[in-house]
Amino acid sequence: MEELQGRWHDLDRLLLRPGNLVGPGFEPCAELRDLLQNDCKVLVIGAGGLGCELLKDLALSGFGNIDVIDMDTIDVSNLNRQFLFRIHDVGKPKAQVAADRIMQRVKGVMVTAHFCRIEEKDVDFYRQFQIIMLGLDSLEARSYINSVVCSFLEYEPDGGLDYSTIKPMVDGGTEGFKGHARVILPGVTPCFQCTLWLFPPQITFPLCTLAETPRSPAHCIEYVHLIQWGQDRVGEKFDSDSPEHMKWIFEQAVKRATQFCISGVTYSLTQGVVKNIIPAIASTNAIVSAVCALEALKIATMCSKGMDNYMMYVGTQGVYTHTVSYEKDPNCIMCSPGVPIEVDCSCTLQECIDTLLNDQRFKAKLSRPSVSFQGTNLYMQAPPILEELTRPNLRLSLLSLMGGNPSGGVLNINDKKLHGVLRVRVSFSKEMDTT
Amino acid sequence: MVLVSPLLLACIRAFLDWTQVDLIQRTTFFIMIKLFSVKQKQKEAAESGSGGPPIKKQSPGELRVQKDISELNLAKTTSIAFPHGKDNLLSFEITIQPDEGYYQGGTFVFSFQIPNLYPHEAPKVKCRTKVYHPNIDLDGNVCLNILREDWKPVLSINSIIYGLQYLFLDPNPDDPLNHEAAQVLRDHPWQFEANVRKSISGGYVGGHHFPRLI
Ligand SMILES: [Zn+2]
Repeated sequence: MEELQGRWHDLDRLLLRPGNLVGPGFEPCAELRDLLQNDCKVLVIGAGGLGCELLKDLALSGFGNIDVIDMDTIDVSNLNRQFLFRIHDVGKPKAQVAADRIMQRVKGVMVTAHFCRIEEKDVDFYRQFQIIMLGLDSLEARSYINSVVCSFLEYEPDGGLDYSTIKPMVDGGTEGFKGHARVILPGVTPCFQCTLWLFPPQITFPLCTLAETPRSPAHCIEYVHLIQWGQDRVGEKFDSDSPEHMKWIFEQAVKRATQFCISGVTYSLTQGVVKNIIPAIASTNAIVSAVCALEALKIATMCSKGMDNYMMYVGTQGVYTHTVSYEKDPNCIMCSPGVPIEVDCSCTLQECIDTLLNDQRFKAKLSRPSVSFQGTNLYMQAPPILEELTRPNLRLSLLSLMGGNPSGGVLNINDKKLHGVLRVRVSFSKEMDTT
Repeated sequence: MVLVSPLLLACIRAFLDWTQVDLIQRTTFFIMIKLFSVKQKQKEAAESGSGGPPIKKQSPGELRVQKDISELNLAKTTSIAFPHGKDNLLSFEITIQPDEGYYQGGTFVFSFQIPNLYPHEAPKVKCRTKVYHPNIDLDGNVCLNILREDWKPVLSINSIIYGLQYLFLDPNPDDPLNHEAAQVLRDHPWQFEANVRKSISGGYVGGHHFPRLI
């Protein structure tokens, strides 16, 4: 491969020299660049405004193996900021076009495109990457990836986290002139679920206001979206990704707005209200992406200490950033290790519940526990219909109910006396010979 | 295999100095070591032939609704059904049979859809039974404040069920979705009562036919 003179000059200044700000264990060496270019596999989720920036930044920072996943196709309205796309690309998959264009412009980098939903990939797909970068505008998608990555966590028999099961994530997010970049080391720093409160709840208007007394263009759009669609297009499922559906909502909203003497319904406002998106600013994407790519470089090489753990950026008046070290939720339903208990491998579900009830650690917190494992309700105390269906499980062996995995797993315990879900990490004791 | 000697040196140095390294940097360090042994790992994976069925991922909403359902305290006028089996709690049906008020004797079915981000987001509730009611339109949209603008994560499925039961005991003509029904309730409550009886007996009200519910 022919390389531009001085191509890696700046990167080498970071990787080949010692310094005061380097991370622990950093040893300057040429192998680090080799590692970035050949061994480290990075996944970029989302090839939109932030994704385009991330792909460019990562490729130019020396990452040589990048995968990108996105389910969207290019819309003409993307072209102002999603700079990897051209007018003749409209209608093509974002992931594919972005991958091709990066490979054209940055020699030696391999970008693999995945034109699909994130849920379509299996767990092993996500496991193969060393770092996952998120350039998403949806909390739902973040939450999904979070649950996948947290499910990778494993613990040593002594309860310590197995560090080799940590899949680092770097998340970027932008909304207008505001943005954030954060580093998530699941099990060590807070995951999305730990800090869900950081994300504002979606704005919802009362249905009766929408129906009776609309006062704003958004009210008119939401009325058509939530109520009129069901009346006029009976049986049709609304799809926010369908341009025809969106155009219909827009046209009907304009009619309704005229009726109530409201002005200001536009197509882009319609998209914004229905999809709950705020207009994107190219410079915000660029700044947030640069921070994210730098954090990925630090994770991969230890060339500097990593961010701890959340940076917010406000660009409305100058350039303001502030970095906060948020704390993990010790009882997080996604990333907490769970309270360890050991039971005999012949133990039934009923015996396991009795063990929990007699355990000093839970005694004051449990009265009538319901137990579930992954997606399966093993025993439900209520309602009666579920209690009846799950009662036969009480006599069955816990090991078999937990999929026969001798290394155990995490049970979710619900009880009226508990504030949230209690996670209990079950391990099965070996055969009799140990006693 | 690219495990390099500088790194081993680094390991020793880092271990010697471990107390001065905070948790985050320590973790990142372990991640880097893992990166260096990527090639070996890939070899192992190729040999073992990974794959297998994908593990079903539970969303936060699923976990929380498990708690809500396991603590349901249903009145005798209310029942619950799980059309997709005992392990799919993300969609279920609540049936309410009011034993007093305008709607006494009727049977009303509501479908609940729990979003993956529940309780960060409210459940989606629709009335599956066509009903003449000021706060429920003929398509089954329900105007209940805690389903939309006043939803809070501390609320639960139980709170919504109470809210729905209350709608049948005390329909609110000031917050209408069914404009005509609200007007009648406001101006001529006795006429409203007669209309409700007629509708739940399977008759026509205001040009709309309603199913027989009693
Ligand atoms: Zn967490």
